Amino acid sequence: MLFFVETVISGLLAGVMYSLVALGFVLIFKASGVFNFAQGVMALFAGLTLAGFLSGTVPFTHQINPALAMPPWLAILATVGVMILLAILIERLVLRHLINQEPIILFMMTLGLAYVLEGAGDLLWGSDVKVLDLGLPSGASDWLLDNYGLYVDKLEVVAAVVAAVLVAVLAIFFQRTRIGRALRAVADDHQAALSVGISLNTIWAIVWAAAGIVALVAGIMWGAKSGIQFSLSLIALKALPVLILGGFDSVPGAIVGGLIIGVGEKVAEVYLGPFVGGAIENWFAYMLALAFLLVRPEGLFGEKIIRRV
Amino acid sequence: MQEAVSITEARRWGAPSPPILAVNNIEVVYNHVILVLKGVSLSVPKGEIVALLGANGAGKTTTLKAISNLLQSERGEVTKGSIVFDEAEVQALTPNELVRRGCIQVMEGRRCFAHLTVEENLLTGAFTRRDGSAEIKRDLELVYSYFPRLRERRAALAGFTSGGEQQMCSIGRALMSRPKMILLDEPSMGLAPQVVDEIFTIVSNLNQTSGVSFLLAEQNTNMALNFARYGYILENGRVVMDGEAAALRDNEDVKEFYLGIAEGKRKSFREGKHYKRRKRWLA
Ligand SMILES: Nc1ncnc2c1ncn2[C@@H]1O[C@H](COP(=O)(O)OP(=O)(O)OP(=O)(O)O)[C@@H](O)[C@H]1O
Ligand SMILES: [Mg+2]
Repeated sequence: MLFFVETVISGLLAGVMYSLVALGFVLIFKASGVFNFAQGVMALFAGLTLAGFLSGTVPFTHQINPALAMPPWLAILATVGVMILLAILIERLVLRHLINQEPIILFMMTLGLAYVLEGAGDLLWGSDVKVLDLGLPSGASDWLLDNYGLYVDKLEVVAAVVAAVLVAVLAIFFQRTRIGRALRAVADDHQAALSVGISLNTIWAIVWAAAGIVALVAGIMWGAKSGIQFSLSLIALKALPVLILGGFDSVPGAIVGGLIIGVGEKVAEVYLGPFVGGAIENWFAYMLALAFLLVRPEGLFGEKIIRRV
Repeated sequence: MQEAVSITEARRWGAPSPPILAVNNIEVVYNHVILVLKGVSLSVPKGEIVALLGANGAGKTTTLKAISNLLQSERGEVTKGSIVFDEAEVQALTPNELVRRGCIQVMEGRRCFAHLTVEENLLTGAFTRRDGSAEIKRDLELVYSYFPRLRERRAALAGFTSGGEQQMCSIGRALMSRPKMILLDEPSMGLAPQVVDEIFTIVSNLNQTSGVSFLLAEQNTNMALNFARYGYILENGRVVMDGEAAALRDNEDVKEFYLGIAEGKRKSFREGKHYKRRKRWLA
């Protein structure tokens, strides 16, 4: 029983990561209908940038100059700044010129963007695996171990808390602020939003910046656990089944979908793995997504279409 | 050039004031090939309601979208002519800047934001304003006083309100931007006669109390001519007739083709006995 609880908890915590990446997708998809293939690479790029700032790496030279090393809070702020700048650049240089294009063209654009960002990350910060040391707590939680005999990594608990805070902040931003309201308006009917004077360009820059910040959080959490390396960009592939499960346009869907996939994977690996020779973790998410596509193509939380005449 | 001349001319001749909107001989092309407007000219004097009439596909919506600069997002383009709103060239402005300057469109088909509440919908109309939340709140109350039904439904999702309430919501939303002029596209579409009447009465009140000018695109000719001061009739992308609303109401051809008071069996407005094709603003 204890082992089962441990499995579920570790699944939940892995799921938080998927949720974070999926959340970045949902933000952009909701506001602009673009399926952003580059979301995973954005996490990688953010992580690399943060690691670079922390260690004092001089961009383009891959030399470390300890005098340039920033304290964690400054490095995080600077990286947020870089992600915002990146969003503005993407809007100015790319999105603005692709207005009114077919969704597939915008998707191809994000494919290209993924390669550009990956290359830029390499060029700026070098391609070696980086350790990300923000001084986050890690190791087993003694309290849980002593009182309940549960083994839970503190870092993953921190990740879960941060994710929860992030979601709460986003929810408040969406529900309570003028810009959040405009974002939802654009998601509902972008022509009507345009007609009341909401500038789509501004809104797009804002959602890409928000997605960039979400990517940074994902990059930090993942990087603190296993270092910043190229494989980070591949978690984007895991986000796809999460989105199918949760619905492409639903923030709660991204969260719950991520958790379900995280737990499902771990439980299946542990309890079904032995019967089929293991490695279920690699494909379980996709099977689940496929099954879901057949039963409920709009996802668990896909926005209900309001039909009324 | 042309409009600059006409404005100064109007001043010289001592006209009360230049029109708030002047459309001069515009052509609109969709997708680079489909010519939809073939030289439309009209003007709206400050503080007046002007009707733009015509059958399905005549080009009313296209004209309004050209004025509010929303064509771009539909791959439409003004290829000829000029539009001047409040002494500013419209083609050089974004929809955002136009709304800020006081020209806002209420789109055909009551495009409320379905997943926002009625009140949130109204507030999105104030997006371009920079005069603080106190002023915005005051205007919200003002809109509620014009449309008491919206106050009752303020917390309901707009997608679940009735057609009439949605139309009121769209108009109220436009009012929240503090417009000088509203481009109102077929407010009567699909609504029961009493509701249409209610909405037109409110529009007329608004016009009289707050001086907002209206360009009103309608198929409901009778209703529109009752409330408007002046009217233009659009056929196939051209203005085929215009005049004081009262004169249009009494015109035999208008009666026959748009008010359904038939006398003969002619097939097109163009063949009408009183109809004389007028070339306007030949450039
Ligand atoms: N986005 C578009 N692309 C191509 N053609 C268009 C587009 N929008 C409208 N049209 C064409 O332009 C013409 C005028 O359309 P418009 O919508 O302006 O007419 P309308 O007078 O508003 O008609 P209705 O009373 O039905 O609303 C129609 O023939 C229509 O098919
Ligand atoms: Mg129309």
